[in-house]
Amino acid sequence: MNNVILLIGITLMYSTPLVFGALGGVVSERSGVTNIGIEGMMVVGALAAAAGSYFTGSPWMGFLIAGICGALVALLHAVASISFAADQTVSGVAINLLAPGLALFACRSFFDGGATSPIVTKLPKIFGDTWMQGTPWANLNVNVTTVIALVLTAVVWFVLYKTKWGLRVRAVGEHPAAADTLGISVSKTRYACVLCSGMLAGFGGASVTIAIISQFTQTAICGQGFIALAAVIFGKWKPFGAYGACMLFGATQALTIILGGGSFPIPSTILSMLPYVMTIIVLILFVGKSVAPKADGVPYIKGSR
Amino acid sequence: MEVSSEYAVQMHGIAKRFGAFTALDCVDLDVRKQSVHAILGENGAGKTTLMNILYGLYQSDEGEIYLNGQKASITSPTEAIRHGIGMVHQHFMLIENFTVTENIILGDEVCGAAGILDMNRARQKVMELVERYGFDVDPDAKIEDISVGMQQRVEILKALFRGAEILILDEPTAVLTPQEIDKLLEIMQDLIAGGKTIIIITHKLKEIMRSADECSIIRRGKYMGTVNVAESSEGDLAARMVGRNVNLKVDKTPAHPGDVVLSVKNLTVADERGIEQVRGLNLDVRSGEIVGIAGIDGNGQQELVDAITNLVRTKSGKIRVGSQEVQNTSPRNVLDHAVATIPSDRHRWGLVLPMMVAENTVLERHNEDLFGKGIMLDYDKLHSYTSELIKRYDIRPAGCEQERMSGLSGGNQQKAIIAREVSYVPDVLIAFQPTRGLDVGAIEFVHKTLIAERDRGAAILLVSYELDEVMDVSDTIAVIYHGQIVGTFAQGTVDEEQLGLLMAGGGSQ
Repeated sequence: MNNVILLIGITLMYSTPLVFGALGGVVSERSGVTNIGIEGMMVVGALAAAAGSYFTGSPWMGFLIAGICGALVALLHAVASISFAADQTVSGVAINLLAPGLALFACRSFFDGGATSPIVTKLPKIFGDTWMQGTPWANLNVNVTTVIALVLTAVVWFVLYKTKWGLRVRAVGEHPAAADTLGISVSKTRYACVLCSGMLAGFGGASVTIAIISQFTQTAICGQGFIALAAVIFGKWKPFGAYGACMLFGATQALTIILGGGSFPIPSTILSMLPYVMTIIVLILFVGKSVAPKADGVPYIKGSR
Repeated sequence: MEVSSEYAVQMHGIAKRFGAFTALDCVDLDVRKQSVHAILGENGAGKTTLMNILYGLYQSDEGEIYLNGQKASITSPTEAIRHGIGMVHQHFMLIENFTVTENIILGDEVCGAAGILDMNRARQKVMELVERYGFDVDPDAKIEDISVGMQQRVEILKALFRGAEILILDEPTAVLTPQEIDKLLEIMQDLIAGGKTIIIITHKLKEIMRSADECSIIRRGKYMGTVNVAESSEGDLAARMVGRNVNLKVDKTPAHPGDVVLSVKNLTVADERGIEQVRGLNLDVRSGEIVGIAGIDGNGQQELVDAITNLVRTKSGKIRVGSQEVQNTSPRNVLDHAVATIPSDRHRWGLVLPMMVAENTVLERHNEDLFGKGIMLDYDKLHSYTSELIKRYDIRPAGCEQERMSGLSGGNQQKAIIAREVSYVPDVLIAFQPTRGLDVGAIEFVHKTLIAERDRGAAILLVSYELDEVMDVSDTIAVIYHGQIVGTFAQGTVDEEQLGLLMAGGGSQ
């Protein structure tokens, strides 16, 4: 029983950054812009959250600043891939190469040359400090970011499927020329979605450095952005599909930790490969089978078909 | 013509340049209210450009637009929609995985508070329109599940939903079966009766004669006048469009078929998803005969041709050229059996556009001794060989052998492909959509060449989505449906109606 609670708790904890990243991927790709730079945006968000929390003293400000910084990085991607119709994969890869350097540079300039930030104030847990402390139930006292992630998943779902803006976003991602002839601005829609995507990725970074751990380190974000992208594909570009996929990846992570703590004769280094192996397996099984938005990754140039 | 409120649309002195290229040069268009007005012109004449200006997709460099006698400036599709102009594009602008209703309301959504969609009310509004015009459309069906004819009606509904009074239809019959064309013409008449004005862009003379009241002709961006269709004839319209008299009838003598040269037995071909597109197809083509395959796009034509040319592997069945089996060998092997192909899409399969014309004309023969020794190509020989073909097939501009292929017009690119394939002196010539996107003059040339090749003794397989072309050119007409030949007729023993039914999967021989 205790192990089950532990498993659920750790699953929720580790899946939260993935959910933010995957939602970012869903929003961007649904509008037709591949965003492989989620990872980089998460790294920048992670640093911005820690620095924001440190300098303002408020983790909530840190969270907000992380979203803004994620969106700023996304703006680079948007300008390159929407205004200049550049190759979106190249632009995303560039962001992934640029972001860790940028974050480290900022970290060293903010914190006297240190490659990690000082310990900063964390976001609260949902039940705060209660009777749970010390009981196994404390594992279910999850970070507030876990709840925010779930709420945002519902919000993204509602906007995409129940509002006119969602209809337009999906139309732009499927057939931008059709949207254009109906007076919908393809580039404005895509800009809005890519910026939103960056903001969500920034939150994802924050949910590591000011919720799971309490400082920025170079390894705080190590592949979550890519796992999130796999979750987007596995979840068929749907918000709750992606959410479920993130839970699955989170659960493998939790399993790794629980098994690693037990007396299993498997080296922990092998065990810690589990989430990544899982990602590869899922990608092999589902890439090509689930159908991406038709115009995903294709720059829209007026007048061409 | 003076500006008057009798006209729904008047475009006066419209000019449009793309860089150094003049697409439209002082074109006039006057469309009477409640009439069907056709715009006729060859490919690239500027018909669609003119309509894109009216719909606000392009801005004209010169000229004025008047709607109902009032000067209007139309700077975007939104503006055009506001003025009551709706456009049905040649390539439908529909989102495949949206429902009919979603497609219709997109951009002009029916919403409750805070932008939340009210799909019930949207559906109701769409149903009202569907009923008012008697369209056969299911508002809840997804676009990918409905027929092309129905998709077109959805496009028309999209325009009507936005309150369009003037409808522009760009090549509306290109993808329809004869029955669907009849239905469309009926709908057009109903719309006119309901007070709408229709502008139809087309290069099909027959449909203009059947549906339009007036017809404006554009040739190479220049306005060639407007004629009253009732007082005109197909031949007259064609001559005005091309600028010379054209022979619309395909002249040919009866065929003298010899032995079977190309034989397809029980052929089954699956596409890349593993779905069978050709299902046990049988077909014989004899020398000195043109066999035409009639059918709607997507019934296995592409897979059949790809299998014969060995671009894809077959699942089962045999393909013989002469006495040799060629299935699942290689494209080279098929070429070596003297099978030449005019591919359906000259840009995707026929030509390497950035390469010189001369290089393109020897793509399949570059390794022959004729063009060099060992691993070296002899460009002088290449050029003189190509220059010969350019003269013989009147490829323009003259002396273009060292130009890039991309600089030639579509018609001349097609001529280059045909020159290349025919100069191969093939035993079997596969012509897949050989006149796609060509104008009347170029079509005449292609058909003449096919018939000349037949008379030389080649076996010709003509695959075309244009029913008229199959009926006019072929000696034997085979109908393909769902990957099988569902009927074979000698030319002249079958009418359009019968073929149309078979093409749509109805009836049997």
